[in-house]
Amino acid sequence: MLAAEHVGWFLEHAFLIPIVPAIAFALILFFGKRMPMKGSEIGIASMVVSLVLAIGTTYQWIHRTETSVEPVIRKVVWWQAGGVQFSFGQHIDGLAVVMLLLVAFISTLVQIYSLEYLRGDRRYTHFFAALTLFSAGMLMMVLAENMVQLILGWEIMGLCSFMLIGHWWEEEANSRAALKAFWTVRVGDIGLMVGTGVIFFGANAYAQAHGSNGFSIAGINEWAMKDTGASHTLLLWGCVALFIACIGKSGQFPLHTWLPDAMAGPTPVSSLLHSSTMVVAGVFLVARLYPLFHTGLDINVAGQHFNLIAVIGGITIVIAAALAFVQTDIKKVLAYSTVSQLGYMMMGLGVGAWTPAVFHIFTHAFFKCCLFLCAGSVAHSGSHHSFEMKQDMGGLWRRMPITAACWILSTAALCGVPFFSGFFSKDEIIDNAHNNGYTVFWIIGLVGAFMTTAYMTRATYLTFFGTARGAAAGEHHDEAHDMAHDPAHDPARVPAMAMAHADPADHDGADAHDAHNSHAGPHESPALITVPLMILAFFAVVAGYLNAAPFHIEKFTEWFASEKREPFPELAHATFKWINTLPSIVLVAAGFAVSLFICRGLYSATAFALKGLTKRSAAMRAGYLFLVNKYYLDDLYENVIARGVAYPISAAAYWVNQNVIDRTVNEVGVGARKTGLWVYRNIDQRVVDGAVNGSGAAAQGAGSALRPIQSGKVNQYGALLFGAAAIGALVLVIVNT
Amino acid sequence: MDVLRTNNALLTIGTFLPLAGVLVMMFIPKGKELLHKQIALFTAVATLAVGVVTLMRFNYGSAGKLQFFADTSWIKVIHSNYTIGLDGISLPLYILSMVVTVLVMVYSWDHIPSPGNPKAFLILMLVLQVGMAGTFIAQDLILFFVFFELVLLPMYFMIGVWGGEQRQYASLKFFLYTMFGSALMLVAFLALYFQVSGKVPAGEASFSIPYLAEHGGMLGKTVQIWIFAGMFIGFAVKVPMFPFHTWLPDAHTQAPTQGSVILAAILLKLGTYGFVRIAIPILPTAAKAWAPWIGGLAVIGIIYGALGCLAQTDMKRLIAFSSVAHMGFVMLGISTLTPLGFNAAIFGMVAHGLITGMLFFVAGSVKDRYHTLEIKRLGGMLISMPKMGWILGFCAMASLGLPGLAGFWGEFPAIVSSYSPADGLNHNVFRVFMVVAAIGTVLAAGYLLWLFQRVAFGVPKPEFAGAAAGHNDAHGHGDHVADHGSGDAGHDDDHSGDIHDVTFFEWVAWTPFLLAIVVFGVYPQLMFKIIDPAVQVTLKAFGKG
Amino acid sequence: MLINQFLLLGAALFCIGVYGVIARKNAVMVLMSIELILNAVNLNLLAFALRNGSPDGHVFALYVIAIAAAEVGVGLGLVLLIFRNKRTIALDELSEMKG
Repeated sequence: MLAAEHVGWFLEHAFLIPIVPAIAFALILFFGKRMPMKGSEIGIASMVVSLVLAIGTTYQWIHRTETSVEPVIRKVVWWQAGGVQFSFGQHIDGLAVVMLLLVAFISTLVQIYSLEYLRGDRRYTHFFAALTLFSAGMLMMVLAENMVQLILGWEIMGLCSFMLIGHWWEEEANSRAALKAFWTVRVGDIGLMVGTGVIFFGANAYAQAHGSNGFSIAGINEWAMKDTGASHTLLLWGCVALFIACIGKSGQFPLHTWLPDAMAGPTPVSSLLHSSTMVVAGVFLVARLYPLFHTGLDINVAGQHFNLIAVIGGITIVIAAALAFVQTDIKKVLAYSTVSQLGYMMMGLGVGAWTPAVFHIFTHAFFKCCLFLCAGSVAHSGSHHSFEMKQDMGGLWRRMPITAACWILSTAALCGVPFFSGFFSKDEIIDNAHNNGYTVFWIIGLVGAFMTTAYMTRATYLTFFGTARGAAAGEHHDEAHDMAHDPAHDPARVPAMAMAHADPADHDGADAHDAHNSHAGPHESPALITVPLMILAFFAVVAGYLNAAPFHIEKFTEWFASEKREPFPELAHATFKWINTLPSIVLVAAGFAVSLFICRGLYSATAFALKGLTKRSAAMRAGYLFLVNKYYLDDLYENVIARGVAYPISAAAYWVNQNVIDRTVNEVGVGARKTGLWVYRNIDQRVVDGAVNGSGAAAQGAGSALRPIQSGKVNQYGALLFGAAAIGALVLVIVNT
Repeated sequence: MDVLRTNNALLTIGTFLPLAGVLVMMFIPKGKELLHKQIALFTAVATLAVGVVTLMRFNYGSAGKLQFFADTSWIKVIHSNYTIGLDGISLPLYILSMVVTVLVMVYSWDHIPSPGNPKAFLILMLVLQVGMAGTFIAQDLILFFVFFELVLLPMYFMIGVWGGEQRQYASLKFFLYTMFGSALMLVAFLALYFQVSGKVPAGEASFSIPYLAEHGGMLGKTVQIWIFAGMFIGFAVKVPMFPFHTWLPDAHTQAPTQGSVILAAILLKLGTYGFVRIAIPILPTAAKAWAPWIGGLAVIGIIYGALGCLAQTDMKRLIAFSSVAHMGFVMLGISTLTPLGFNAAIFGMVAHGLITGMLFFVAGSVKDRYHTLEIKRLGGMLISMPKMGWILGFCAMASLGLPGLAGFWGEFPAIVSSYSPADGLNHNVFRVFMVVAAIGTVLAAGYLLWLFQRVAFGVPKPEFAGAAAGHNDAHGHGDHVADHGSGDAGHDDDHSGDIHDVTFFEWVAWTPFLLAIVVFGVYPQLMFKIIDPAVQVTLKAFGKG
Repeated sequence: MLINQFLLLGAALFCIGVYGVIARKNAVMVLMSIELILNAVNLNLLAFALRNGSPDGHVFALYVIAIAAAEVGVGLGLVLLIFRNKRTIALDELSEMKG
């Protein structure tokens, strides 16, 4: 539509951003093992190229916003069938640009980090291949021009998530986690497919009249906002279906259970896929099709309009935050924190705070990625590959000052401490919830902020302060304990397990390659790890100043927000007042103080009233167990639903197959055979065969009578033949005359 | 009837060329196995070359018309002609049958199943190829029927002679079941002929499919429904649709690898092709009446096949059941009677042929190495033979419908199209089908990844571990001979030496499949642009573009 | 037309052939006699073809010649094999086919 208009090379060619890593993926797969750095250099180089392209795109987009905020849409026909056109292209607007930049940037840093973190891993090359393919998928999704292309990127991410969570698949727990992640997201994907279909047929007629079709994102948005004839039922069901996909991908309640398990993957994977980028795909989809979701999921109860998205987001914030309190694994704390923050984003979109929600995606990516990488750094250099905070950490700040500093800065950002980036995004969401009349969600948001601070304080205290325990104190693990945490980190261990008689001596030998292992005690990680940490921590602090409402900076809104562009729903905006942020600041401070107080009591040697509370009070114990068991949702899914389908139901279906349908077939066969036997015995043998046998007997008699004639002498036969012929000739002559 | 008659000997040559190879092989003693393999492979490659020429000569601008059309009188007494032609619907399947035969021949180079006798085995395979190719080019009902039946016999012998332990049972069941279907189908064909000849000027009626497609619509609704019922059973058995599918797992499980591959890749498509080519265009009114039932059985098949998969303990049987589910998607696409659905169905047929064929290849090779396909006993394939493991993973991903691979373009448009089926069908019913089918994709992910997890992930089971660990050190050099010596002394298992990674002939046979899965996945337009015009012509009776 | 002479010649040849088949003991001689019979028939066919002016007879005769050639080939082969096995081709010593 804008073919003639010149918009700048980078904007025109933004589609190259995912193409580069996609090609790199193939290269790594085929040539990676032969490269000097085992393929990692291809991955990093492709990410750097993508990043440069993304920066160029961002620059030109920002330049463009001075004159126009129309998206840059380019597409080619991918395939068409049955009058339906599937195209392939790019839909570059502010949202796409900011996501492109974010994904390319974080991917690059994580890949650099992985160079060190996975050094010596037996599937080093595969790891980089999958990581690069993931980036390609994510970038593909964010600039997708239409729903089919979006699904393509979406599913590629799912695949990579599967491969990367199950990276150390020798351990059954890891492969199970990978499967669980894939299945849970796949359950959501039912919605994606159905929703795409529903919306396609809903929007197609209108969109075709306006120069696109029912798969096109621009077409769908325009249809949802402008077509007054659109059926609200259709919109509702289409949105519900799509939203199920978002719930699955973004770990929203009740499909959040896969995300903490996904931490079985290597830490860089958790930090890239399962916190900062892939899991925000669901949020991104809602933001992408915001006009659709805004109208479609708008539910009118007793004259009160509210949006279903907010409900799911709100529930997720609280339940996930509560779970974070009972985790002892540092990565799981962060995982639940991610779920909870995703809840904020969803809630933000639900309450009509589009820009703050997208801004929260932006800031969250930096600090959450940094937190995960810090956790990885701790495990890598401080606690001998263990993520157990209670057993193997504590007091590490002295040994790992850079990691600790980065962690604390990012934590401050996550908690929303004023003047850190989380404050500018999260508090905007909370503020807007209040402003737009969602009082309940305003309270939920505040409670969430309190809880976030509290559990992050706990995690920080357990990791970096207090007394050093286990590996952090320099103790060496026993084998079994160690293997359970980070298997296959050293390559020789797996064949040892494969031979099913792992030998401790074997293991010690394998450890020797690791110059920086527990024998030397906890120490700071090397530069390949700390430099990405510092970069991320820097952005965790300053990223918020792109849209710092208190200082009247609104660059982010100006550059990237879609709100100014038609078609977009009218959204109300809260005007920033310090007074409005007061509750959250107070609660954050309170969360910090309370948590610190309790932690100091609980996790130190001194006597404390709350110690052993779960042992003394049945109610407390029940609550604790309820949390530890993750509200029993996992049990519901795995033991009731999955097991139910996998065992009784499928077994029953198979039983029916074998015993009813197949039985019928076999019975028919047997019946036919029996009928045959009966026919054979009674009709064939007696009636038909009787006649046959009778003729046989007759033939036999005649045969013995005629036997003498058969002398075996050819001459006699000849004579007989000619005699007979002569007689025949005579008869003929007589008859004819 | 708008057809192109140029180059009309090409199809006949392409179809019957394998018989020349058969003829030569007949006169060569059975002992010369290598020569037999060479001749068979050469014949198959020559046939494929004719196929490639067909591809080049095909007029893509008019893919909707029958091309290379030939029409000679054959059996005058019953007005049956030797009518052949190729359009966009049959072209991909016709070529696929040739490609699959060649690749199966390559695979057979060092995988002749016991009890040996490559001569007979390869002759049967060539005859099978004639039948398959013939079915896709036949434009006369009697000719179609002859080819359709011609396929049965070689397959019967393949399963019955070279099959597994229960081969007798499986082959007989396969044969009788399909015969039963075809008998009804033949009755339906005859009924159709006589009904039509009663309505048109005397002597004009024929068994020609294009002719009947023009005149079949004039029959009354009841008549159509009954005739359709006969055809439905004949084709549904072949597809196979729930509840006529029970021959399939047995046949697949017992068949030799080559048989399973051909069965999955081509034979099942004969049924769906029959629906697309014969039943639906000739009897549009009946098709509309039957569509909800077909769609219903299709989605039942999707869920049911998936559940059946989850209950399996044998890898090959699991893949066999997955065919039931996947063909369910194809039938769902067909039952919508829309161009999009038909396109999806035909794409799905080819994709399923490639993917499931490939899965059966892998299963066959696993069986060769482990001498078992029991999922419980397998495990750690990625350690013992990493390349095979990744190929299995790739096929599993393709099979569960990952976008970017061929399987997706059969499933997704079928699901989308069932939201809005042809005019006159009950939309609500089909929307329920849509959701159920979408749930089927999750189950597909379930059983395939579960299979993958149990077979490929983890560490090899102790009984196979000796070979695996030894191999692990050697892998990358392709040097598995050393394993015999270095195998762990603690495992004097006779499997130890067998477990080696993908061999040369396996690579040659598989690479085209793997490439095709990617190429059609990335650029489906390659196939859709051929299929689509033909589908539009086929569905013109339904009036919805 | 001297068709009678053709027919008489044919009849004479036929009778000689029949005599040979019945009376001779040597298998080769029997085969030759059979040839005589066949040629007698050919003669008849040609004679009638001449009389009727139609080519049918010629066609048949040619056909018979072709068959006769094949028959002699097979017959001589049989005789050869019998001789190899039994060291004799006297027909009255060969009565394995006695019922």
